[in-house]
Amino acid sequence: MTDEAPLRIGRGVFLATVAGGITSLLWGKTVWDHVSHVVSPVESLVPLVPSGGWRIYTVSGSLPGFDEATWRLRVGGHVGTPVSLSYRELLALPKADQISTFHCVTGWSVKNVHWGGVRLRDVLARASPLPSAHALEFVSAEQPYVDSLTLEQSSLQDVMLAYEMDGRPLSRAHGAPLRLVIPEMYGYKNVKWLAGINVVPRALDGYWEQLGYDRDAWVGRSNGYGT
Amino acid sequence: MRRYVRRFSRTERLLHWANAVGFLFLLATGLILYLPSLAVLVGRRPLIQDLHFWSGVGWVSVLVLIALVGDRRGLKRLACEVDRFDRDDLRWLLGRRPAPQGRFNAGQKVNIALTAAFTFLFLVSGLLLWLGERDTRFRFASTVLLHDGLMYLALALLVGHLYLAVINPATRHALRGITLGSVDAEWAHRHHPKWRQEYDA
Repeated sequence: MTDEAPLRIGRGVFLATVAGGITSLLWGKTVWDHVSHVVSPVESLVPLVPSGGWRIYTVSGSLPGFDEATWRLRVGGHVGTPVSLSYRELLALPKADQISTFHCVTGWSVKNVHWGGVRLRDVLARASPLPSAHALEFVSAEQPYVDSLTLEQSSLQDVMLAYEMDGRPLSRAHGAPLRLVIPEMYGYKNVKWLAGINVVPRALDGYWEQLGYDRDAWVGRSNGYGT
Repeated sequence: MRRYVRRFSRTERLLHWANAVGFLFLLATGLILYLPSLAVLVGRRPLIQDLHFWSGVGWVSVLVLIALVGDRRGLKRLACEVDRFDRDDLRWLLGRRPAPQGRFNAGQKVNIALTAAFTFLFLVSGLLLWLGERDTRFRFASTVLLHDGLMYLALALLVGHLYLAVINPATRHALRGITLGSVDAEWAHRHHPKWRQEYDA
């Protein structure tokens, strides 16, 4: 029982929560980067919950399927020898492994992803690009998804065509059987369900770039970040 | 003969259930977008994204509409009730008893204040996600973390709320109040004695 003036706690709870939430737009990611290694192992114990912080972004009605018997990777355009590789032929190429961080332009990242696959330059060399070639267009089996890199960008040391993720064949959700990996750029440049590479005279706007995203999607210095 | 007393007005009940239905629909569509396993199972991401965004806009609009055309004076009183904590409310939060409670106990007041704040933050972060996809000026690296974090917090709050409202024998009678409006007078006297005293006075 009390005759004292009541405390205004309800609005305090409301305003403090709103203030914490709004300001977290500025500090949320920094704090999360420090604590995520504590939370993530717990997360993996819960069924259904995201595996290691991935989200699956798609632009069409359903995910492309993969039939090992009929699948081919075609490299064409401004090349001396058009190349068409079956899945088995792809696996027979020299294998490369790397551990790199995957950054999505929407703000989430997955650290230390173990990729296995082939170096893009090894595949490209077989097609002998012509002198007129200055860019590559990566065509996804998920239509109408497409994106491109300049030849210079695609020759970065850790650019890869990955068919394995964390020691297992690439899953359907992550672009089975083959995806582009370029860790220096945001995820939308890392084309999933890769079906073909067109060697072209210059880079064109890809799917998200036509919707206003930067063509040169450098992590931390494009798309309004760090600029 | 059981006697019933009115605990929630029509406006309050309508607000509660509009909030509940909206939240559950947004949770379902949001989880399809968020969880890889469901995203792969359901597919149709562009459609689910549109459904999620526009039902979010609809959710908040309906809540505002109910507040505007409903019993505004009653809602103002409700806001005052939620705002004010007396000494017994603080004792209640600390687990000390006896701590006679009003129409809302201190935990319910905190729940209402948090739910309102979460709704506001869901709206702001959701709009920023939608706008950020269209214009870099609205893009923050932490928006998606805020939106997802809110989901976990709101879900935890909901689980506790459902346990008390549906399962826990001592408190689940409250479900009658939020559906039909009235509760058993004796139950009200046990759980919310201060409210009953005002009511009888």
